[in-house]
Amino acid sequence: MLAFDTLLAAREAIRTKKISSTELTRQALSRIDCLEPQIMAFNSIYPERALQLAKEVDDGKRTGPLAGVPMALKDNLCTSYGTTTCSSRMLANFKAPYDATVCKKLEAAGAVIVGKTNLDEFAMGSSTENSAFKTTRNPWDTTRVPGGSSGGSAAALAAGMCCAAVGSDTGGSIRQPAALCGVVGLKPTYGRVSRYGLVAFASSLDQIGPFGWNVPDVALLMNVISGRDPKDSTSVDRPVPDYLKQLDQPLEGVRIGIAREYQSAGGMDGRVKDAVDAAIRKYQDLGAKIVEVSLPHTEYGIAAYYVIAPCEASSNLARYDGVHFGHRAREPVKDIIELFSKSRAEGFGEEVQRRIMIGTFALSEGYSSKYYLQALKTRALIKRDFDGAFEKCDVILCPTSPTPAFKAGEKTGDPLQMYLCDVFTVTCNIAGIGGISLPCGFTSGPKPLPIGLQLLGPTFGEEKLLRIARMYEMATEWHNRRPRLNEN
Amino acid sequence: MAEQKITLDQVRHVAKLSRLALDEERLGKFSTQLGSILEYVAKIGEVDVTGVEPMAHALPIHNVFREDVVEPSLPLEKVLQNAPDSDGPFFKVPKIIGGEEDSAG
Repeated sequence: MLAFDTLLAAREAIRTKKISSTELTRQALSRIDCLEPQIMAFNSIYPERALQLAKEVDDGKRTGPLAGVPMALKDNLCTSYGTTTCSSRMLANFKAPYDATVCKKLEAAGAVIVGKTNLDEFAMGSSTENSAFKTTRNPWDTTRVPGGSSGGSAAALAAGMCCAAVGSDTGGSIRQPAALCGVVGLKPTYGRVSRYGLVAFASSLDQIGPFGWNVPDVALLMNVISGRDPKDSTSVDRPVPDYLKQLDQPLEGVRIGIAREYQSAGGMDGRVKDAVDAAIRKYQDLGAKIVEVSLPHTEYGIAAYYVIAPCEASSNLARYDGVHFGHRAREPVKDIIELFSKSRAEGFGEEVQRRIMIGTFALSEGYSSKYYLQALKTRALIKRDFDGAFEKCDVILCPTSPTPAFKAGEKTGDPLQMYLCDVFTVTCNIAGIGGISLPCGFTSGPKPLPIGLQLLGPTFGEEKLLRIARMYEMATEWHNRRPRLNEN
Repeated sequence: MAEQKITLDQVRHVAKLSRLALDEERLGKFSTQLGSILEYVAKIGEVDVTGVEPMAHALPIHNVFREDVVEPSLPLEKVLQNAPDSDGPFFKVPKIIGGEEDSAG
């Protein structure tokens, strides 16, 4: 076990010399050594580099709000050291020539990066099973998936291999694994965090965000990673508040929106429904007012998403041509087109190929107005739904995932079934708003599985979103539970 | 399925447009899977979008300008460090002119 497994506790312990960063980093690395065969959360680890950074903290040469705390990065964030693979054969040996802005900011704040975590290839998936290298396991039950696509980051944190982690969320890829692994995950408003150095999947939907054991840890990470970056023209020039400052002060007269349409969503597990209903009652006990809101275009969310995201992906992934970087087919080819086509067929896994194909089809002549243009118009209506709802409430409450963690292999045969996991998460990305998942219960049985509560807030409403999440967290104990893992 | 959303021939054509050299087995599998995915996503056709402007982006950002200042570029060795094949300061590829698909554009 880590002597201090949350970000704020670890930071405080290091500051007050209860433990050195070197010792805590050693513990994290030894935990990775022991548990990695079971969990398979990491694509690469950097023990020497991490211990060097930790030593600099202990020697007083590196300071900052995250000084000395072991953290993990999703392996689609560029780092100037090691590899950035996106869990794809295409980038298996890719060495990024620069650091993502988020990675720079974390290290400038003193974080000690221990390694880079597994994901669904190019962040396309909801279970981490689409990784070209390995399937990450859920620390609460290793026969189950951790969710995805940031499953490695969520599992590494839940397994106590680091004190916090960073991922990316295009349609739920932070919130859903956070829910399935019993941790807190935030998808910030589009433009809040720089995407520079995040390998692009769907540029109008992608956003980087934090994982932590609790809301304060996530708030602290938001303090560090938010803000305008000249290198990402979609990052917004807005002051970054201190998200920690008023976090523990409960808000008066909070209005929690319950969307009528989410009640009738298909495929909802009864245990998830019960836990979320109990969370609604808890908010009522805390003095919140529950208001019914309507998001009439909810049922079109997944359909619009699985047009828009593949269209953007088909364009973004055109850069992998076997010429400038990435995998190149080695057998003789007759021309450059064959070189592109063979390299891409060998380098991309099935799900990535499927999405490139859907996007290419939906953008092709004769189909683009039926699919792509129609999806963009539906997107405008989904955004309008949220704008209307947020006139009546401060946040919208719903489950993060319709089910707890499912078994590995359960949904791999049917891509559409996997897509339907994203029913509660995709509209947040479509509208560009912020969303957070936090633990709100566990299933019963010998291997209890976490259940996630999702709160969605208006554009750039993270301050309030985090405070409302924290109200619930302070009144409950779910975030203090840890999985039992055997260190062999 | 009421209407076939994509035929095997279309899948073959899309694979070509996507620059993916897929074998027949994969093409067959994709034709079934893409069919059911397209069948599902086609339900956006039910949405009444009369008078609705398409929303390509979550933020009302249009042009973002910066000062026209020269900044250092990546050094050549970094640019080429991931190249599958290179020759001096160049990326090396098989011949481009004269192939069958030369005029495909």
